[in-house]
Amino acid sequence: MIEAQGLTKRYGRTVAVNDLSFTVQPGKVTGFLGPNGAGKSTTMRMILGLDNPSAGTVRIDGRRYSELKQPLRQVGALLEAKWVHPNRSARSHLRWMAASNRIPAKRVDEVLEIVGLTGVAGKRAGGFSLGMAQRLGIATALLGDPGVLLFDEPVNGLDPEGILWIRRFMHRLADEGRTVFVSSHLLSEMALTAQELIVIGRGRLIAQTSTRAFIDMASESTVRVRGPEMDRLHGVLIGQGLAVRDVPAGDDGPAALLVSNSSTEQVGELAGRVGLVLHELAAQRGSLEQAFIQLTGGEVEYHAGALAGTPNGSPAAGTPAAPAQPTGPLPRRTEAVDATRGGDAR
Amino acid sequence: MTLLTVERIKLFSTRSPWWCMILATALTVGLTSIFAATTKPADLPTFTPSVTQFAFSFGLVVMMVMATLAVTTEYRFSTIRSTFLAVPTRTPALVAKAVVVALLAGIVGEITAVGSWGIAKLIQPDAPLGIDTAQEYRNVFGVGLIYLLSAVLALAVGLIVRQSAGAVVIELVYLLLLENLLPAIPRIGDHIQHWLPYTVGNNFIVAGQPETDDGPPAIEGMPFGPWGSLVYYAAVCVGLFVIGLVLAKRRDA
Repeated sequence: MIEAQGLTKRYGRTVAVNDLSFTVQPGKVTGFLGPNGAGKSTTMRMILGLDNPSAGTVRIDGRRYSELKQPLRQVGALLEAKWVHPNRSARSHLRWMAASNRIPAKRVDEVLEIVGLTGVAGKRAGGFSLGMAQRLGIATALLGDPGVLLFDEPVNGLDPEGILWIRRFMHRLADEGRTVFVSSHLLSEMALTAQELIVIGRGRLIAQTSTRAFIDMASESTVRVRGPEMDRLHGVLIGQGLAVRDVPAGDDGPAALLVSNSSTEQVGELAGRVGLVLHELAAQRGSLEQAFIQLTGGEVEYHAGALAGTPNGSPAAGTPAAPAQPTGPLPRRTEAVDATRGGDAR
Repeated sequence: MTLLTVERIKLFSTRSPWWCMILATALTVGLTSIFAATTKPADLPTFTPSVTQFAFSFGLVVMMVMATLAVTTEYRFSTIRSTFLAVPTRTPALVAKAVVVALLAGIVGEITAVGSWGIAKLIQPDAPLGIDTAQEYRNVFGVGLIYLLSAVLALAVGLIVRQSAGAVVIELVYLLLLENLLPAIPRIGDHIQHWLPYTVGNNFIVAGQPETDDGPPAIEGMPFGPWGSLVYYAAVCVGLFVIGLVLAKRRDA
């Protein structure tokens, strides 16, 4: 478990991280989401005791990083894949890391096997591709079989196969009960990887919530509806005070109506009451990108406590009343959130 | 002990330390052998053990570069962060590095010193190259101690500057230019010279040696005797290293 309390980092007059408090729980993959320059890496370096906070504290299982005896056995970190001397072999790199925390030398071969680098263990790390370097970084993090793992932008620059591998890997680590904290600015990636999200913008906490709840509360929920009598349908919906938009026929399918801030139940019942035939009735969810830009764009308005008032939250989608810390269990997402047509269930 | 092993693995798992060690030895011993081979028979009576060490600064500079790189490459490739992740209190790791690097430099120093003396003896068996007096012992075997301490100094500069080129330039400019130019200042130059660390360190090797034409020059009127000079030089090197430690602990990695 990682607990940050009022974590602040100033560089001269610039405030990189501003009074950040959050908790990362074990047994889940927690995403650390924010645009470039939001302070994610600085926060991670402070967690690991590499940078000294200007104010506040961060503890791992109740202790500061610098208080840990043999820290590699408790915390594994991949902050940058290239933290390796280019002329040193992968095995030598792992060997000295292992020796520093009295980790048996045979563990080096084990982690090389886990990340699939056994074949190139004797090669100089400078010649590694980004994907291989990333795997070596993960091997370093796993060396001490730690209960807490931190990854900073682990999928940056990886090919789809590598991304899939890392994603599954992190899920497996979390399923083993470890604390997994992953930063990214790739929102769609976080939607697939993380069950919990800590969202920051300009060094401040925007939200700590489950991924699903984050999308629910932040993105616009609309209902797509289509039937043979579109004009009448339009009139009925307008008559109920709903915002309706016409979608002309196109790549997305035949012409339809988009109803904002409603639910399939509401639209379906309205149509049924007046005897209208429907050919399509589907909830559409906005993408994480939309949610994210919406939130970070108005960073001043939307800090942690103000989220309950998010105007576009859909009441029918079951958004919790206090969304900053939702408590109910939420299903893990297994499908990609399409950039434009999110949860379209046609 | 563990951390010494770690630093040993780190140092010897890249190739540049090996090259530095070979270069330091080859340069020094090679120059001495040329010197010995070209010495005129008339000069043989003054070809003493101290003269065989005239080139020790060459190897010394190379080993100082190695010591500097041992820490600056860690910053260059961010492995210093991995080091500090493994040893978050930082100081023990850096002290271990200093011990390993300094010991290695000391050993290389002794090898170059004994190698230089040995090759001179081989080439000029008739020269008075016997090592008998305490001063002659210091002349040859003292070189290793200066290598050892200078490595600590170089490591400290690397730790403070954190950049290979910058640190090496500072060391070379200081060693080769500043310590030679400052004494040229009228009136106060001589007094300054007597307290310049490297000059004082050298005094440990050369103090009390007979006036010869070719050995490293001995300077008159030094404030300390040989061992006092060594302690003074050691204090400067270790002092600078402590400053480096404090900075490394305080600064963000």
